[in-house]
Amino acid sequence: MAHDATTTGTGNTELVRVATSESRFARYGLIGIALCFVALFLVLPLAAVFTEAMRNGPGEFFTVLSDPETFAAIELTLLVAVIAVPLNLVFGVAAAWAIAKFEFKGKAFLTTLIDLPFSVSPVISGLVFVLLFGSHSLLGPWLQSHGIQILFAVPGIVLATVFVTFPFVARELIPLMQEQGTSDEEAALSLGASGWQTFWYVTLPNIKWGLLYGVLLCNARAMGEFGAVSVVSGHIRGLTNTMPLQVEILYNEYNFVAAFAVATLLALLALLTLVLKSLLEMKYSAQIAASRRH
Amino acid sequence: MEVRVQNIRKEFSRFPALNDVSLDIRSGELIALLGPSGSGKTTLLRLIAGLESPTEGTVYFGNEDASRKTVQQRNIGFVFQHYALFRHMTVLDNVSFGLTIRPAGRRPSKDEIRKRALELLDLVQLSGLEKRYPAQLSGGQRQRVALARAMAVEPNVLLLDEPFGALDAQVRKELRRWLREIHDRTGHTTVFVTHDQDEALELADRVVVMSKGKIEQIGTPDEIYDTPNSPFVFGFIGESNILRVRVENGQLWIKEHSIGVSALGEADGPAQLYFRPHDIELLDGNGGCIAGLVAMTRRVAGTRHVELDIGAANSKVEIELPPEKVTSDHSRIAFRPTRWKLFRD
Amino acid sequence: MTARTAPLWQFRQPSVIPGFGLALGVTLSWLILIILIPLSGLAWRSSALGWGTFWTLATDQRTINALRISFGTAFVAALINVVFGVILAWVLVRYRFPGKRVIDAMVDLPFALPTAVAGIALTTLYAPNGWIGSLLTPLGIKIAFTPIGIVFALVFVGLPFVVRTVQPIMEEIDKEVEEAAATLGANRFQTISRVLLPGLAPAVLTGFALAFARGVGEYGSVIFIAGNLPYVSEIAPLLIVIRLEEFNYPAATAIAAVMLIISFAMLLIINMIQAWSRKRYGYGA
Repeated sequence: MAHDATTTGTGNTELVRVATSESRFARYGLIGIALCFVALFLVLPLAAVFTEAMRNGPGEFFTVLSDPETFAAIELTLLVAVIAVPLNLVFGVAAAWAIAKFEFKGKAFLTTLIDLPFSVSPVISGLVFVLLFGSHSLLGPWLQSHGIQILFAVPGIVLATVFVTFPFVARELIPLMQEQGTSDEEAALSLGASGWQTFWYVTLPNIKWGLLYGVLLCNARAMGEFGAVSVVSGHIRGLTNTMPLQVEILYNEYNFVAAFAVATLLALLALLTLVLKSLLEMKYSAQIAASRRH
Repeated sequence: MEVRVQNIRKEFSRFPALNDVSLDIRSGELIALLGPSGSGKTTLLRLIAGLESPTEGTVYFGNEDASRKTVQQRNIGFVFQHYALFRHMTVLDNVSFGLTIRPAGRRPSKDEIRKRALELLDLVQLSGLEKRYPAQLSGGQRQRVALARAMAVEPNVLLLDEPFGALDAQVRKELRRWLREIHDRTGHTTVFVTHDQDEALELADRVVVMSKGKIEQIGTPDEIYDTPNSPFVFGFIGESNILRVRVENGQLWIKEHSIGVSALGEADGPAQLYFRPHDIELLDGNGGCIAGLVAMTRRVAGTRHVELDIGAANSKVEIELPPEKVTSDHSRIAFRPTRWKLFRD
Repeated sequence: MTARTAPLWQFRQPSVIPGFGLALGVTLSWLILIILIPLSGLAWRSSALGWGTFWTLATDQRTINALRISFGTAFVAALINVVFGVILAWVLVRYRFPGKRVIDAMVDLPFALPTAVAGIALTTLYAPNGWIGSLLTPLGIKIAFTPIGIVFALVFVGLPFVVRTVQPIMEEIDKEVEEAAATLGANRFQTISRVLLPGLAPAVLTGFALAFARGVGEYGSVIFIAGNLPYVSEIAPLLIVIRLEEFNYPAATAIAAVMLIISFAMLLIINMIQAWSRKRYGYGA
């Protein structure tokens, strides 16, 4: 009864302190430590990006951004995301459908395989495609003779990005669809709906916010991926440089303002992602999988 | 230890949960706080424990004012509805916990602690399970561990919050009897909260009936059942029937019919007649009785429940008859309450 | 109705829901094409090296140092994240203070911020002439371009793993358990250290493992702040990239294989501990 109404520390009128709260001193101490840590490791780096970009005023900031190479990097980043995210969206829905709605042998193993890219270094994710398509590989000479360029070109960048962002959508949808069970679909089927109708009118509305959540995280990683893309891209300016790679090149050329200007765009993307993510969590927490990792 | 609660008031963000409650608990007594949810019974228990502090009023342990003591200082034993066992500790470590965390000066030796914990596990009939983890026990076993854990600190008073609430009916009944045995053997002053009247009446030396933040009645199970002092207690404990009657010249009347019950000394005027379904006698005849038509009959275990339409009072009552007494629908039955109570509006 | 005997071995349990074949087909082909073929390429290439060559490449001093730096800094960073991550999760779950919502959302920044951006930002802060670095230089403390700088970058990328693993478990702590400890005489410190934290141990361990695994493979945020001095502050992923740029594919393959083997072995151990904990205590994370 009324347990939840227990005053957690704010009640000054209480004769004795509530048993399950810390002293005011300990509380403020812990909050202080946490805030300092967040400021030092999260807020300051973010602030540094914006400050450094505006070091020479907004005029230079915009001049730098209108550079054609930077523009090409933005275009390439968007192109890669536009290809990679839908591919993993389709895969994620299919994988979640198979894993969450059915019981079959080897299901746990399949789930582990889907998570595999999370435990592989991004550099290794790029390396495997170099080993597969490089000139010294089995496929390399054949590809070359047919004039197909995969490495150091857009296809390689897309492949590496797809590899790295592979688990995001599936990982969000599997626990969510498992939670929801199969009774809604069985009801729809019993009322005469076809398989596609069931998916379209029953399943999809149930998972749409979780799906959006997964796509959001997938997209953030796709646009921001650095290590894997760096290995397969070849760093050809204006052609195979994505935005994160452009940041690296500009920074290594000591063109700090330009590097931070491009970084600002990526930081804004990250902030937008965080805002949308928080909104989804606040408004639709029930329709998003319980596990919020990644 | 004797526990006294004096003029306690407790508000949760302006909402009064307890209003001027006083209660004397005698040393060694087993007492039940009984009431519907929201009656304040759990709040009262938590106030005695020190898990809440009162907005006004005092709690005495013996002659000592305990109100300003923290829950840790009060040395009580508290058993929670959902056991609240420490799941990363073995059964033995759970029971020993209260002793092992004592400061070095007041802490018994390791062997002593182990010995006492094993004795308690023996008392609650869990010998041999000391190495198990809570997850490996059944609900009833977990609650027995919780009780042993609470008793290990030699508490001033043992407080149990709906101790059998999470268990299924069969286990509940067993544990009920068993708790009474443990109490009789150890003699701890014990207060337990329940919303189950059978549990309270069967188990407790005295029952405290609560409603809406107030104590309605305190008494032995017999007193509570046989002489409820308010319509609430009458209605909350056991089955009851209510009829609107009129008192006139020491007699009870429904409209112009006397029902053959004399209420000498009662002032004239309208009143509510309360009686239990089994406190009746069947009558033949037309005068000096309550008569009604059978609306429905149900066989419930060893008795037959008959619902009667009392045309004169324009209401329904239910009475209990021996199962041999077969009645057909719409037949007429006349009866008179043998034990009853009048309440005025 | 007569009971039909179930077949002895059944690939999947019967279900009225359609689309199993299609969904599993799409999943498996995509998985094989994108993940399994490329990864098995790596396995095949490293086995083609032969045991002797592989051993020589893997035990090259520069490689060993790079692996030691990667795993060592990731371990220290994960430990730091366990301490501060648990405090941060506790503060977010238990206390109310202005700006709490924003802080809660900010915790995910390392997931959302591209690692290259994090790398140059942290370098700007901790370089000897940077915002914080310039305050520390007079004290003789150097962070950027040393292994300490690597640890700082890995603390940044690993933080959300610990917080987001521990936070939901902390939210589920039964208040009755804390009250039970208090009624038995435990003071607040004893309740937290002997009852609450041990109960969180599986979640903390999982968070540690995730942060550690991420830290070992991390590249983008580290290379700017590390200084990349061979044998001293050169991480294993960077050495892979350097070997690739030298077209020394066998060496790159060998380092990658060693990293993968160690990482998978660790994940396996963690999973076993989790399974054991679930079996024994009835909970994991």
